[in-house]
Amino acid sequence: MQIETKVMGKATLVQVSGEVDMSNSPEVRDTLLGLAKKKVPAILVDLGGVTYMDSSGIATLVEGLQETLGYGGKFRLASLTPKVKQVFDLARLTDVFEIFSDLASAQEGL
Amino acid sequence: MRRFQIEVPSDPAFLRMVRTAVDTLCAMGGMEEDGRCMIVLAVDEACSNIIRHSYDGAADKRIICEGRLEEETVSFILRDFGKKVEPSRIQPRDLADLRPGGLGVHFMRKVMDSVEFEDCGAAGTCLTMRKRLPANRGG
Repeated sequence: MQIETKVMGKATLVQVSGEVDMSNSPEVRDTLLGLAKKKVPAILVDLGGVTYMDSSGIATLVEGLQETLGYGGKFRLASLTPKVKQVFDLARLTDVFEIFSDLASAQEGL
Repeated sequence: MRRFQIEVPSDPAFLRMVRTAVDTLCAMGGMEEDGRCMIVLAVDEACSNIIRHSYDGAADKRIICEGRLEEETVSFILRDFGKKVEPSRIQPRDLADLRPGGLGVHFMRKVMDSVEFEDCGAAGTCLTMRKRLPANRGG
């Protein structure tokens, strides 16, 4: 799993790739909660390179969402692969997150 | 019947090894990738729960994973030697209650046709999960 962050205007982009499971989701959590602690205005999580995600990855995103909304920030997901979308569907979380088909549309309105 | 049995330490770094074995057996059963992904997820969640709950995160304990491919079904049996789990207490959480965690059992029950926890004697739990193979499978 690889994770990279970069500032894109008002948003902070978090690009995750590879397999997200119990062994590395704490790394994603540290990144997201670190940004939330700084109260960045918006977090965009690009999941386009994620080939597998388990419930610990989902839980990490839920935590990131809750922390960000807690201070009035925005938390958006972009480019879910079909495999990851399947897991979101299973958890019935597709209506809970703001999910965009690509990064460009996720940046609109920020 | 085709079967495998592997033993891995209760270290999350080895979950990938279990996933690969599960995916391989399901592919031998002619399952398409979409279906395989879900079964891989269910077994992975079960292993994660063993590490988290039966072994309290200890990375040096034993997990035995057996996969069985039969004519109509694929099944996975996970054996741990940790804290005993009372089967009736293992319930999926209410999905309307939005909080991190607690989704693993929901995934297992949603994906598999049956999920059974059994007392395995002196220590640990046996978990058996079965899935009927799709009728229109290839292979």
